[in-house]
Amino acid sequence: MAESPARHEKPQPESGAFFVSGFREKAKVLDGAAIRRALTRVAHEIVEHHKGTEHLALIGIRTRGALLAQRLAREIEAIGEHPVPVGILDITLYRDDLSRIAPNPVVHATEISFDVAGLHLILVDDVLFTGRTIRAALNAISDLGRPNTIQLAVLVDRGHRELPIRADYVGKNIPTSLQERVDVRLNELDEKEEVVLEVPVDAERS
Amino acid sequence: MANGVTMTKDAVSAAAWTKKDLLGLRELSVEEIRLVLQTAESFREISLRPIKKVPALRGKTVVNLFFEPSTRTRTSFELAAKRLSADIVNITAQSSSLTKGETVLDTVRNLEALKVDILVIRHAAAGVPHLIARHAAASVINAGDGAHEHPTQALLDLFTIQEKKGRVAGLNVCIVGDIAHSRVARSNIWGLTKLGARVTVCAPPTLLPPQIEQLGVTVSHRVDEAIRAADVVMLLRIQHERQEAQLVPSLREYRLRYGLDRERLKQAKPDVLIMHPGPVNRGVELDSSVADGPYSVILDQVTNGLAVRMAVLYLVSGAPKVEEES
Amino acid sequence: MSKLLIKNGYLIDPANQRDGTFDVLIERGKIAAIETAIPANGAKIIDAAGQLVVPGLIDLHTHLRQPGREDKETIETGVQAAARGGFTTVCVMPNTTPPLDERSHVDFIQQESRRIGGICVQPIGAVTKGRQGLELTDFGELFEAGCVALSDDGHPVSDSHLMRRALEYAKVFQRPIIQHAEDRQLAAGGVMHEGLIATTLGLRGMPSEAESVMVARDVALAELTGGWVHFAHLSCAQSVEVVRQAKRRGIRVTCEVTPHHVALTHEAVGEFDTRAKVNPPLRTEQDRTALIEGLRDGTIDCIATDHAPHTDWEKDADFDAAPFGIGGLETALGVCARALIESKHLSWAQLIGKLSVHPAQIAGVSGGTLAKGADADLTLIDPEATWTVDPSRFASKSKHSPFAGWTLHGAVVRVLVRGAEVFPA
Repeated sequence: MAESPARHEKPQPESGAFFVSGFREKAKVLDGAAIRRALTRVAHEIVEHHKGTEHLALIGIRTRGALLAQRLAREIEAIGEHPVPVGILDITLYRDDLSRIAPNPVVHATEISFDVAGLHLILVDDVLFTGRTIRAALNAISDLGRPNTIQLAVLVDRGHRELPIRADYVGKNIPTSLQERVDVRLNELDEKEEVVLEVPVDAERS
Repeated sequence: MANGVTMTKDAVSAAAWTKKDLLGLRELSVEEIRLVLQTAESFREISLRPIKKVPALRGKTVVNLFFEPSTRTRTSFELAAKRLSADIVNITAQSSSLTKGETVLDTVRNLEALKVDILVIRHAAAGVPHLIARHAAASVINAGDGAHEHPTQALLDLFTIQEKKGRVAGLNVCIVGDIAHSRVARSNIWGLTKLGARVTVCAPPTLLPPQIEQLGVTVSHRVDEAIRAADVVMLLRIQHERQEAQLVPSLREYRLRYGLDRERLKQAKPDVLIMHPGPVNRGVELDSSVADGPYSVILDQVTNGLAVRMAVLYLVSGAPKVEEES
Repeated sequence: MSKLLIKNGYLIDPANQRDGTFDVLIERGKIAAIETAIPANGAKIIDAAGQLVVPGLIDLHTHLRQPGREDKETIETGVQAAARGGFTTVCVMPNTTPPLDERSHVDFIQQESRRIGGICVQPIGAVTKGRQGLELTDFGELFEAGCVALSDDGHPVSDSHLMRRALEYAKVFQRPIIQHAEDRQLAAGGVMHEGLIATTLGLRGMPSEAESVMVARDVALAELTGGWVHFAHLSCAQSVEVVRQAKRRGIRVTCEVTPHHVALTHEAVGEFDTRAKVNPPLRTEQDRTALIEGLRDGTIDCIATDHAPHTDWEKDADFDAAPFGIGGLETALGVCARALIESKHLSWAQLIGKLSVHPAQIAGVSGGTLAKGADADLTLIDPEATWTVDPSRFASKSKHSPFAGWTLHGAVVRVLVRGAEVFPA
């Protein structure tokens, strides 16, 4: 299956090949206020777990994970006493599906201006799905240095893991079917603030 | 601090890289050139890491096939491939061995039988990478063909100008030296004019190819006038053979009329950039005081060359492949 | 097959100012009668309705590579290619290995072509021993052996004094010295025309003047000596002008142009296409126009193919390494029809003059005429037939043509040599 240039530059699930002509919204699972509450709760859980904010740093996965990481850092800084550095990770070069079928995706810079060694890193992404993005992110981080611990925070966990990966902090668990799509929209990029569940129109099994 | 990074919608053109080969800048669109430069920008950070390696080209095989000696370009490609986790093999074939019956295509067919993915070609004859690209299933990157093109050099020059000046469009770039025999000049003329720079080529008439002005450049024979308006002065190496071919009466004469020394540089703009593709003929086209001086970005060019070549290897490796032709 | 009657063809015989529908009767290899409506009387009939009946084409400039490079072409494959191209005679250049610089080598060509049969092969001897440009060959012996002219083609005769002596000495035999006009120092190792395309591709160029200064020199030497110089494959406007002036002044000079120089320009090199690598190189549109004008006003006497076959592996190389030259026998007529007749520069009668009448006169061979009693060397052409150039189907061993894929009008239907059908074989 050719890679779909989806809005999320992430590996698509290998299983379940569908020819899809489009998606329609099935349900709004989070609105702006709910997103805000979820982030605040996750921030508290992180501080709770780490018993403070010392040696804590956030790394957001491009693109929406990075936005969420910045928001989360502000929430954490509001609770704790230490500044929480935020880095941006581009996992393109670590993808396991760089293929000869489609042009290689555009590479963006990884912008991590601090040394990760010895830190407690929280990896932040918008949606946890197959786990392949997180696998790539873990490999990328290990090339940058050796943090003390790495945990994972996501806004939405939609299930269907293909790798032994789980999130430590979850904004909301959303049961989905494989052919559905979870679309996270954030003000900075999308001029609205919501998470919606979408189903394919005219989905047809190949 | 990374917190300060503003996240905007990607200004990336829709251009995806679809070319199997990189043969020259003449055939690249403005969008493709920008894509390479932007990709190189992302790659630059990798060389600053403690672990200078990403797995993007893991399992791919790159061959440096150099029919002409070159240490700089070959090493730059070699490191670029290694930092992308590709396997790389260096083959330095002397052109003379080809007269013993094995043609360039024989050599390439043998390599193809070993299932290589990318061929980086340097040859003293113009068009050899094009010939190989027509016959090989592997991607071909031109690392310099005769007096024709040296696309990665021009891309790294554009990258360096962009980095130092913040833009390429609207700048006055003066290329001084043996334009007639220079692949660097040709590739830079294509790249610079496509990105909107104004290019002046400056040399004695014997070192200018006929009708060069039809490539959209201004021709000058007087270096003192040419460098006055320049934001960037790019010097080219003068080969000793040129003297033998009566193209310049002597290297001394060339140095006196065209060589860039501190005195001559005083006429240039205060923020002029001095560039040279290397290796520098000190005391001929460029005085040491200028080569090592504050305006010189010669070593930045070398550093940026690595990021640009990583970008090029990455992009061509993802181009759609066609089945091997018969 | 003692009697053959070609009926209803449209005869073009510029040598005898004949142009119209006639029947041609051939007996014992000669043209026996040309009249309207000749009765069959037991002759084998060839219906040539809708076809042109012309004197067989004669190529003044062919390379058949034998002896020495039989992997490129042999006399046998070359003769087949020539027949398919409508030629009844080809004059072969002496740059073989060994070169045709002494009688025994010329004898070999004669014997081999007689053994093979088909069209006539006329040798051109070398001007200098080993084509080295140093010592004259034994002209008398070479002409006696059957050489129709002398040339060091591929190399120019660079030494002005030697060229002077060659022109002077050849006067005894009333035969031309064919000069490959190229000032090698000025050409300076160029591989294509010096101009914008060469500049863009970073290839070494040869200026037009590398040819025209040699043409001018040889015109002066012809004037000095009263000898006859024939210029091979002129390629540029300057040369045409020099020859035009020379002819006006009555100097004994003739010249030829190739089909590719009248049909193509240096743009054909494109991205290092070695099928456009020829010497002299393809030049500019302005030169091409001047060559056509030279054909129109008679400055250029004839069209010769410069058929220069090479192997695939040689031509499938980079532009510098690939040898100069392309096959041309099988495309000459169609390309000329396209470049000269379809674009209304020449009439069919004028074209046949350039491809048959004048080459016969310059080479001093039979042919070029459909007069009663002449050798029955003739070519039947379907001027409307359309065909696409597919080099893989060439009879020549050389499969390189810049015209590959061109759709041409004007196809050779039949070729008779001394009344015998040599094509279709």
